[in-house]
Amino acid sequence: MHPVDPQGAETDGSKILVEPLSWDRTLFNQFMTVLAFVFLALALLPLLALLFEVLRLGLPNLSLESFTALPAPPPLEGDPPEPNGFGNAIQGTLIMVGLASLISIPAGVLAAIYLSEFAKGSQIAAWSRFATNILSGVPSIVMGVFAYAVIVLSTKTFSAFAGSVALSVLMLPIVVRATEGALNLVPDSLRQGAVALGATKVQTTFLVVVATALPGIVTGVLLAVARAAGETAPLVFTALYTDLWSEGLFSPTASLSVLIFNFYNDPDPNRIQLLWTAALILVGLVLFTSILSRLAIRSPSTQRR
Amino acid sequence: MAQGVAPLPQQVLGTGRSLRRRVDQAFIVVTGLFALLIVAVLLTIAAQLAYQAWPAVQAFGLSFLTSATWDVIDSKFGVLAIAYGTLVSSLLALLLAVPVSIGVALALTEDFLPAVVRTPLAFLVELLAAVPSVVYGLWGVNVLVPLLFPLMEWLNLKFGWIPLFSTPPQGPGMLPAAVVLSIMILPTIAAISRDVLSVLPTEFRSASMALGGTRWETIFRVLLPAGASGILGGVMLGLGRALGETMAVTMVIGNAPQISPSLLDPAQTIASLLATQFGEASEPLHVGALMYAALVLFGLTLLVNMIAELLVRTIQLERT
Amino acid sequence: MLKVRDLNIYYGQKLAVAGVSMDIPPRQVTAMIGPSGCGKSTFLKSLNRIGELDSPMRIKGLVEFLGQDIYASRVNLQRLRIQVGMVFQKPNPFPMSIYENIVYGPRLNGTRGSDQLDQIVEKALKQAVLWDEVKHKLKESALGLSGGQQQRLCIARCLAVTPKVLLMDEPCSALDPISTLKVEELIRDLQQELTIVIVTHNLQQAARVAQQTAFFSVDLSQGVAGPGQLIEFGPTRQLFESPKDERTRDYVMGRFG
Repeated sequence: MHPVDPQGAETDGSKILVEPLSWDRTLFNQFMTVLAFVFLALALLPLLALLFEVLRLGLPNLSLESFTALPAPPPLEGDPPEPNGFGNAIQGTLIMVGLASLISIPAGVLAAIYLSEFAKGSQIAAWSRFATNILSGVPSIVMGVFAYAVIVLSTKTFSAFAGSVALSVLMLPIVVRATEGALNLVPDSLRQGAVALGATKVQTTFLVVVATALPGIVTGVLLAVARAAGETAPLVFTALYTDLWSEGLFSPTASLSVLIFNFYNDPDPNRIQLLWTAALILVGLVLFTSILSRLAIRSPSTQRR
Repeated sequence: MAQGVAPLPQQVLGTGRSLRRRVDQAFIVVTGLFALLIVAVLLTIAAQLAYQAWPAVQAFGLSFLTSATWDVIDSKFGVLAIAYGTLVSSLLALLLAVPVSIGVALALTEDFLPAVVRTPLAFLVELLAAVPSVVYGLWGVNVLVPLLFPLMEWLNLKFGWIPLFSTPPQGPGMLPAAVVLSIMILPTIAAISRDVLSVLPTEFRSASMALGGTRWETIFRVLLPAGASGILGGVMLGLGRALGETMAVTMVIGNAPQISPSLLDPAQTIASLLATQFGEASEPLHVGALMYAALVLFGLTLLVNMIAELLVRTIQLERT
Repeated sequence: MLKVRDLNIYYGQKLAVAGVSMDIPPRQVTAMIGPSGCGKSTFLKSLNRIGELDSPMRIKGLVEFLGQDIYASRVNLQRLRIQVGMVFQKPNPFPMSIYENIVYGPRLNGTRGSDQLDQIVEKALKQAVLWDEVKHKLKESALGLSGGQQQRLCIARCLAVTPKVLLMDEPCSALDPISTLKVEELIRDLQQELTIVIVTHNLQQAARVAQQTAFFSVDLSQGVAGPGQLIEFGPTRQLFESPKDERTRDYVMGRFG
C-alpha cells in the first residue's frame, strides 16, 4: 500500500537529491583529497630515498672488518689495501652512550618516580615537569656547549667524559617523560593493594609499580639510548674525534656520528665508503629500536584492555 | 595507628615501623632531589652559558646583536647575520613543512584509508623523526643538493630579477638547508596535529556533514579552526627544533655568515657556527663570542618552546 | 514524506536492523521508542545516511524521500542532508559564535551577503524560540550557552538550511526538565512546517509530542541479541492505549503505567 504523498505531488523530489554540487565545491573537495595524498607521498619520499641511498652505498662494504679495524690511512700508490673499519667509532659510541646511560637512566627514573608517585600536583613537581619539557626542547648543540664549558674548559682536554655528560643531559628529559608516562598507566588499585598488604613505599614502588611499568620504561629508555647514539652535535667539540682507539675517558674519542661528519668532505674514497657503512649502522640501530619499542608499547596496552 | 591491636610487644612494633617509615621518607627525599636535579641542570646550563659568555658580553655588549661582522682573525664578533640565517632558514622550513604536515595529519586521521594501511603509514612518518641528523646531512649533500641544483639554476635564470633568486646558486645554501630542515620537523608537526585532530569531538564532524558539508569543507571550516591552537603548539615545537637543528644544516647551508636576500646564497646559522668553530676556538674572546651566540640560541629556543608549552597546556585544560 | 520498505541495515556482517517498513507522514511528529539496542537510532541515522560516517554500513531495501530512492548511486549526499536535517543526542554547536553557527549551512550552499545572512539568522533563531535570549550576543561563543540553549541553537542551525524533514536523536536526553519542555514546545511549533522524526527513551515525551509512534524491539529469546525490528507502528494514542502487539503492551505498561 502506498499512501499518497501530498508533498511529493508539489515538489519533484528526484531533482532535489541528484542535482550535483556546484562545480567549485566538487572540485575543491577532490583537489584537496589528491593534495593530502600528494603531501603524504612527499613526506615519505625522503625517508625511502634516504634508506635506499644508505643501503645502496653502505651495504656493499659492510663486513666484520668494519667493526674491528681502524680507518685506513690514505692509500699510497702501489701499497696493498689496508684493513678499513670504524672499530674506534663503535668503541667510542659504546663508551659514551653507556656512560651517559649510567648517569641519566637512574637519575631520570628516580625523578619520574617522584613526579608520578609522591608529588602529584605539588609545586616542586610542577617546576620539575616544566623544566623537563623545556630541557627536552633545548637544542642538542647547546648541551654540547654546556659540556664544553663545564668539562672541556676545566680539564683542558676534549674527552669521552665530556661527550657522555652532554649525552646524559640530552637523555635525561626523554627518560623522565617516558618513565612518568609508563608509571601513570599503572592502576591505583595495584598501589592500594600493596599498601594494604603492609608494604612500605619503597617496596610498593619497586616491586609493584616499577615492575608493572617495566615494559614502558624499557621502551622509553631504549628510545633515549638510540637517540643519543645518533646524536652528533653534542659530541663534535666535546669528545672530538680520533682515528685511533680511545686512550681512556679523558682523551679525545671517536664516535660513529662524528666520524660521518668529519669524513663527508674527505677526498679519500676509502673514507667515503666507511662513512656510508657507518651511516647504515646508525640508521639500522635507530630504526631497529623504534620498531622494537613500537611493538613493546603495543603489546602491553592491548593486553591491558 | 592501630597500636595495641596486635599482641606484639609495642616496643618492637614501634621501632620496626619507625625504621621503615624513615627509609620511606628518605626514599621520597632522594627521588625529590632527582626531580629538582632537572631544574638545577636547566638553570646550570643557563648560568654556565652566561658566565662563559661574560668576556664577550663585556667586550661587545648589545652591539653583538646588531653587528653582522663575524671576523675571527680581527676578533670582531657580531651575531646578526648568523641570527638572520637561523631565523630565515627556520621560517622557510616552516613555510614548507606546515602545509605538508597538516596534509599528512589529515590523510592519516580522516577515514580516507582503512586502519590496516593507516597505522603503518603513520609509523613511517614517525620514523622520519628517528633518523639521525648527520645522516640527513649526508643525504642532503649527496642527493638533495645535486637534485635541487638544476631547479635553483632555473629559478635564478627565469626569476633572477626577484631578489629571492638573484644570485647564481653554488650548491649548498639557504634553500637546500630549509628543505632538509622541513623534512626533519615535519614528523613533529604532523604527530601533534594528528593528536589534536583525533581528540576533536566526532560530533563536530557529524554536525557539519548533517548540514550538507563535504569532507573538506568540514575540515577547513570546523576541524582546523577548532584545533588551531593545538596545531600552532605543534608548529612552535617544530620551529624550536628547526632553530636548534645542527648537523644537517651545517652540511648543506654553506656556512657563510652573510645577510643576503637571495635564497640561493650560502648562509650560516648559530647552531652551524657553533658546530664548525668550537672545536678549534682557542682565543678567549672567540670562545666567549661563541658562548654568547649559544646563549642567544638558548634564549630563542627557550622562548619558542615556552610558547609551545603554553599552547599545548591550554588544550589539555580545555579538554578536561 | 519518507517511505521505507523492507529495510535491513548491516554493520559489517552483523544485521543491526531487520525488515523495517513504514511511511512517515508529512508535517507530523513521528516518535520511535524501544529499549536500548533496538536499532531505533541506527534506523534514524539511515534516513539521511549520516550513519555511514561512523562505521561502514550496508543496507538492503528501500528508503524513499519524496519518491526518490536515497540510496541510489546518483544521489548527492550533501543535497540529501540539507533536505533531511539532523539534531543529535548531545548538543554539538561548533566552537564559534552563535551567528557563525547559524550561517554555517547557508554559507556552504553559497549564500553570501550579510543582509541575507542576518535575515536567515534572525528567522532561524526566532523559529527555534531562541532569538530573545541571544539577540544581544550573536557574536559570542556558542559554547557559553546553557545546554538547553545549545540544543535549540543546533535546531536553529538545521532550520537555517530549510530542511523538509528533521531527524532528532534523543534531543533531550542531555537536558534538564525545563529545557526539555522548551524543546518539546518547539517541536510542536515546528511540525506546522516540517516533518519531524524523533527517537526518544522517554515514553511520556513521545506521548506529548508525537502523532505517530513506532515501537522497536529486539529479540532476546535466543540468548544473544538479534537484529532490531519494528514491532508496531501507528497513531500514538492507539499505540499507548490499545497496542495490538503483546510486546508493545509489555513495554508501554512497564515503562508508562
